[in-house]
Amino acid sequence: MSLLAPVAGLGRATLSLLGAVGRIAFFAGQVLSHMLRPPFYVREFLHAVLQIGWFSLPVVGMTAVFTGGALALQIYSGGARFNAESVVPNIVAIGMVRELGPVLGGLMVAARVASSIAAEIGTMKVTEQIDALVTLSTNPIKYLAVPRVLAATLTVPVLVAVGDAIGIAGGWLVGVNRLGFNSATYLQSTVNFLEGWDITSGLLKGAAFGFIVALMGCYHGMTSGRGAQGVGQATKSAVVAASVMILATNYLLTELFFTS
Amino acid sequence: MIALQDVTKSFGRNAVLRGVTLDIPTGQSMVIIGGSGTGKSVLLKCILGLVHPDGGMITLDGQDVTKAERDAFLGRFGMLFQGGALFDSMRVWENVAFRLLRGTQKRPKSEAREIAIEKLRRVGLTPDVAELYPAELSGGMQKRVGLARAIAAEPEIIFFDEPTTGLDPIMAGVINALIREIVTEMGATAMTITHDMSSVRAIADRVAMLHAGVIQWTGPAGEMDATSDPYVQQFIHGRAEGPIAAVR
Repeated sequence: MSLLAPVAGLGRATLSLLGAVGRIAFFAGQVLSHMLRPPFYVREFLHAVLQIGWFSLPVVGMTAVFTGGALALQIYSGGARFNAESVVPNIVAIGMVRELGPVLGGLMVAARVASSIAAEIGTMKVTEQIDALVTLSTNPIKYLAVPRVLAATLTVPVLVAVGDAIGIAGGWLVGVNRLGFNSATYLQSTVNFLEGWDITSGLLKGAAFGFIVALMGCYHGMTSGRGAQGVGQATKSAVVAASVMILATNYLLTELFFTS
Repeated sequence: MIALQDVTKSFGRNAVLRGVTLDIPTGQSMVIIGGSGTGKSVLLKCILGLVHPDGGMITLDGQDVTKAERDAFLGRFGMLFQGGALFDSMRVWENVAFRLLRGTQKRPKSEAREIAIEKLRRVGLTPDVAELYPAELSGGMQKRVGLARAIAAEPEIIFFDEPTTGLDPIMAGVINALIREIVTEMGATAMTITHDMSSVRAIADRVAMLHAGVIQWTGPAGEMDATSDPYVQQFIHGRAEGPIAAVR
């Protein structure tokens, strides 16, 4: 019996994981289905755009500028080992738009937005506000989840685009002021090197990450346990799940976009 | 009429409702009494479809509630939640007029606001409260706003979940009197769940006692004090000794 205990434990963990995947997939299906059917809550959508997009700009911008600067220093220092210091503008640009812009932007939005959505909806659940919505003939998924998921899917790519530009500017600042690059040459090199698909792929990743962030926030909020502890747990789960899913999805999308 | 026939509901191994059978006649005020944790709120949520019963049948005017068109069905109900359940991101008037600002009962914003202010006045609140947020109100005022929201769309059936919990005796009396007045004036069917005996005496036409997952006793409010049912007697007199275990 004791020999089988680890196997039983593994089985339980697998079933639990599969159950969670199924519930999240079902929830995502409900969100997508409600996205296509009226009524549409425009006011709630615009409010979510403001909360998720506009108010995330400072944190995404700060992350991008320091990442771009550090990237320039690292590439310069690493490139010096084989006399390739001149590739700094190119690698900073491609690194930002393909990977670091979307991934770091997505993770920062996950920390800020998934937690906030989960805490807000979780509190609504434990104070019976979600039950109240139902009794007022309003579908909670349509009213709470759809505007947030749609807003995040549409605004995170914009945040990524802004983050890309700020990150490249961070690299340029360090390149010109610390590493002795000529400003015009640095910028020209960046523009010449980047291709449209580099930028587009990053923006598509941003859309996927935005969808994941808001979906995880809404799902964990709506399935929150009772009381302050339940809401705290839901908030933590939302951020952890969103972050892990962003990194996993990033790998899958990179395989899809760049290896075929 | 709302009719419950042998309704059961369990949460894991905890069988909360074990075969509830109860009729709530149209236009009457039914109060369900029972100790904490006996499933009163679950029963109410089963009727509204917020909780799905495991067995039995619930009908409204003869129609199975699980087969009713959801929006039309819920449109007949108003509900006052125990904690108010006001949307804290909205102003008071937007809470009251929530149903009137969207969905099938949607009307122009100015008209919805006027109705909200009139309903606030009906529950004893002045129009200046309309622009406040729920967090700026006292518990008693939040209950009144919740009551105004419950009656805003003139429902046929109103549910009250522990309407006086957390209120001082004077405010509880005010809320009880308001509920009685409103139910009588609207001619609505009301179902209240409470363990506050002052509420029962103020609100009820009929009383049902829920204990151990079944309706232990039901009858007109006037017969409650005279009944020989030991469960009812222990409950209404608040005795520690009797068939209901004091520690559950």
